[in-house]
Amino acid sequence: MTPIVRPVTVPSFWNDTGKSGVAAWIFSTDHKRIGLLYLYSVLAFFLVGMTLGGLLRIELMAPGRTIVGPQTYNALFTVHGVVMIFLFIIPAFPGAFGNMVMPIQIGARDVAFPRLNLLSWWLYVLGATIIIVSLFTGDGPPDTGWTFYLPFSERTGTNVSLAVFGVFIVGFSSILTGINFVTTIHQLRAEGMSWGRLPLFVWSLYATAWVQILATPILGITLVLIIAERLLGTGLFDPGRGGDPLMYQHLFWIYSHPAVYIMILPAMGAITEIIPVFSRKPIFGYKMIAFSSIAIASAGSLVWGHHMFTSGMSDRAILIFSFLTFVVAIPSAIKVFNWVSTLYKGSISLEAPMLFALSFILLFSIGGLTGLILGAAATNIHVHDTHFVVGHFHYVMFGGAGFAFFGAMHYWLPKFYGRRYAEKPALAAWVLMFIGFNITYFSMMLLGVKGMPRRYYDYLPEFAPLNLVSTVGSWILISGVILLLINLFRGLWKGEPIGNNPWGGATLEWTIPSPPPTENFDADPVVTHGPYDFRKTGMP
Amino acid sequence: MAAEQNEQHIVSYGKLIAVWAVLLALTSLTVWISRLHLGVNRVWGSLAIASCKGGLVIAFFMHMRYEGRLLRWVLFVTLATLSIFIGVTFFDVLYR
Repeated sequence: MTPIVRPVTVPSFWNDTGKSGVAAWIFSTDHKRIGLLYLYSVLAFFLVGMTLGGLLRIELMAPGRTIVGPQTYNALFTVHGVVMIFLFIIPAFPGAFGNMVMPIQIGARDVAFPRLNLLSWWLYVLGATIIIVSLFTGDGPPDTGWTFYLPFSERTGTNVSLAVFGVFIVGFSSILTGINFVTTIHQLRAEGMSWGRLPLFVWSLYATAWVQILATPILGITLVLIIAERLLGTGLFDPGRGGDPLMYQHLFWIYSHPAVYIMILPAMGAITEIIPVFSRKPIFGYKMIAFSSIAIASAGSLVWGHHMFTSGMSDRAILIFSFLTFVVAIPSAIKVFNWVSTLYKGSISLEAPMLFALSFILLFSIGGLTGLILGAAATNIHVHDTHFVVGHFHYVMFGGAGFAFFGAMHYWLPKFYGRRYAEKPALAAWVLMFIGFNITYFSMMLLGVKGMPRRYYDYLPEFAPLNLVSTVGSWILISGVILLLINLFRGLWKGEPIGNNPWGGATLEWTIPSPPPTENFDADPVVTHGPYDFRKTGMP
Repeated sequence: MAAEQNEQHIVSYGKLIAVWAVLLALTSLTVWISRLHLGVNRVWGSLAIASCKGGLVIAFFMHMRYEGRLLRWVLFVTLATLSIFIGVTFFDVLYR
């Protein structure tokens, strides 16, 4: 049987096991193959989510009905959120690049539990399938918003129970990946790979893995309680029966705010790999960046209440959650200052990965600073549940995690395919995305400041011009994404072959062939220098 | 070091049965105090007994007593996180 994929002809993990065909991929325990399975899975769901988001923007292009009715609109923003958050951003970095890159970066031949790793992907696929089935069965797709807030999610007749069960299954996938990564980083580091020599991407995955392990079970419990509420009528969140509706919001956000750090921490780690390589300078403040990953994961797990400032929570709790939210800004700022300091007097090379990394710094900073507006209780009241929130979290999630993901794709995928993309179309795609992104989401923040609520089907005429601008921006953004993906994958399949170290990186993945062999290393590596010591790479 | 960590610790049947007997005794104790008129203290008493039982299961049946420092830290971080999550949530409820 001929191999289903073969980007290069040299012996590598694509062909050196002699096993080919679909089964050799979907039952493979090789971390690189599982990483690629995740990559294609999350990209497929990203395209679904992007399409839904595009449809939402078209609906909001003008007041009144444009293309869909109100019920379909409610389902659209719910499914857009569920798909983008649970099926794209959360699994994207740990699942795809964590799996592909992390074991090689620490000098291991695979993760600690390869079969568990495969099970993680299968659970992800199973959960995703259940979510998709929920859209087309029962009494229609869920219309609750991705937060599944009670009491509405108990009372709506749409297919909430099945969708929630799908998310529950996906959560187990995330927990298993976390357990696998913590164990791998503790147990499988190569000789000489001390904690002080770990690449900062690995540090970020380590911090992320702890959040996955500790916070995700709470999401699981919360989702089970929704199902119990719907099927058994337990009344846990119904004040009429002695329940507490705020308890649901606490439980949901105890997971879902740390989940933001599952999304952004590995993205920050990828940016920390890209910036020194394309600045030809060692990273500034290695220890502080490593520390800040742990600090963000720890402090970020204690700020969930800032999603509930208008919910009726106690004033003292609001004060504490507001204070803790400001505390998280400190390690986040440490990272930003260290990236900028790394750039200072560097020999900067503006290739596609670096452009995405630089735009990440700007967009994440805007997202982070607007987060402080939401974290301060006084200003939060004014913009709570407005389009300002929508703009803010898209700056963090798409401008941050999304742009970092596309940067990481340009940076690491050539390593795993042995070929590279064309630079000029990549540059054009980045320009389109950067412009389209800011037009789309900055308009939303302005709309929020003017008072346009989020999740409303219709709006007042005074909001029409900015909504039109935002929709046009989304078209520019989507065209940039399409150009990026076409150029990237065309290059990976048909582009110029690259050597072992096209960018001049100093971490271990650049010391082995492109694409890597199944066993990664001919002999177990012995690490003798830090991950950003470019003098040892032999590059100019 | 890795070989040491991978070494299996075999717990004798006698010790396992003794722990099991203590667990049964604590269960009986839980039932007994549930019938006393202790008011709110009944809940705290039940929780304390349940914590002791959980500790015994983790220490002996799950072998935490024989594990190294790393896994003990992992357990501590996990329990501390859970306590903080519950504590901060109840802080809101207490002052609402």
